Amino acid sequence: MIASDERSAILLTLQLSAVTTVILLVIGTIIAWWLARTRSRWKGPVGAVVALPLVLPPTVLGFYLLITLGPNGPVGQFTQAIGLGLLPFTFAGLVVGSVIYSLPFVVQPLQNAFEAIGERPLEAAATLRSSPLDRFFTVVLPMAKSGYLSAAVLGFAHTMGEFGVVLMLGGNIPGKTRVISVQIYNHVEALEYAQAHRLAGGMLLFSFLVLLAMYTLNPTGRRS
Amino acid sequence: MRIKPFLFLTSMLMFLAQGAVCGEEVQVAVASNFTAPMKAIAADFEKASGYKAVLAFGSTGSFYAQIKNGAPFEILLSADAETPEKLEKDGSAEAGSRFTYAVGKLALWSPKTGVVDDKGAVLGTGTFAHVALAAPKLAPYGKAAVETLDSLGLTQKLEPKFVQGENITQTFQFVSSGNAELGFVAWSQICANGKLKSGSAWVVPETLHRPLRQDAILLTPGKNKPAAASLLAFLKGDQAKSVILSYGYSLQTKEGS
Repeated sequence: MIASDERSAILLTLQLSAVTTVILLVIGTIIAWWLARTRSRWKGPVGAVVALPLVLPPTVLGFYLLITLGPNGPVGQFTQAIGLGLLPFTFAGLVVGSVIYSLPFVVQPLQNAFEAIGERPLEAAATLRSSPLDRFFTVVLPMAKSGYLSAAVLGFAHTMGEFGVVLMLGGNIPGKTRVISVQIYNHVEALEYAQAHRLAGGMLLFSFLVLLAMYTLNPTGRRS
Repeated sequence: MRIKPFLFLTSMLMFLAQGAVCGEEVQVAVASNFTAPMKAIAADFEKASGYKAVLAFGSTGSFYAQIKNGAPFEILLSADAETPEKLEKDGSAEAGSRFTYAVGKLALWSPKTGVVDDKGAVLGTGTFAHVALAAPKLAPYGKAAVETLDSLGLTQKLEPKFVQGENITQTFQFVSSGNAELGFVAWSQICANGKLKSGSAWVVPETLHRPLRQDAILLTPGKNKPAAASLLAFLKGDQAKSVILSYGYSLQTKEGS
């Protein structure tokens, strides 16, 4: 029932979201931990930069990425010099774009979770001679579990809904960069409203179920 | 104290309503490839007629969806000939008002000199990683690009190198930013006064693809509006035609009005 290019778009979108979420959970942990603990005067600026994708139109982000990752851009020249080639029009390029685009959706829940833990449990663990790494895995991770759940769900879902960045950076290549949102746009522009409805409806349902699961598993009132 | 916000709101509403009732404006939906010439034409039109043309730029496919859903556009300057025809059949536009206002020219372009030769032979060599084109399903220039490659027998060979912009503007960005070494763009994007602005280009002969006819049509909301009729007449006039030519479009000699 599902046409092959629809299937490849769905698969690609899930892949992109999964890879992006995993990377973001690692990077996000580091940034959120620093933001939650630091007293540096850079806390404000760094927090603002992390939050930028919340307010910037994705096309702005995509446009700058296209230029900086391109052959004349600083990052593009770097990736070429180390033999990676150019990132635009590749899956890796979309991952880079998505990581930036979804960054605040992962960092902010984690930061809130880390801040809610406070210093005391960590100090208590330290008096029991727990190493920093040990403290992170045995104290912080369990206590921030629901923060991680929110971060993962929001990061994943937000990447699935990404459009502007992918549009600017992707080049609409079937199986490589043509994700669901672009496919829906293609259908609408080509006046194929039936196909557009099917994908768009599926996306709506999926997003609702994901968020429903998150809010049911993670009711407010428990640890944020 | 209470009356002030009320007064402010009423005066705002009156101000807004004034624009709507005076009827000296014409709302025009313009295909994005025609942005620059239409701005120039609108300025001339305003001077000549006293009417004001309010321009919205976008893709023809989006405009179609918006018009079908009650967008208040009075004129559509489409990027193709099919959409106005379809709107006329749907009853969303005035029958018999369609005409070709411009014919687009397709060009293969690279921002670097010496990449594209004047016969397009570079396409056959395949010495590039990406060739950009507008999505053939969505954009007339993309369709013409594929028709050109079909005529040259190169579609299959080059398809793995395709990167597609959603429209011709985005395709131009892919090439001008250097991310695609070359691509099929609109000649109007890369020329100034009939000459190539920079880089290297091949103007694709019109024998290799179907003509890129861009048609205009009077939409139902523009019926019996003097400003709309006036703009359509202006578009067919010599002053507008010379602007259209200077932006790298050609004109069809026969007029279907």
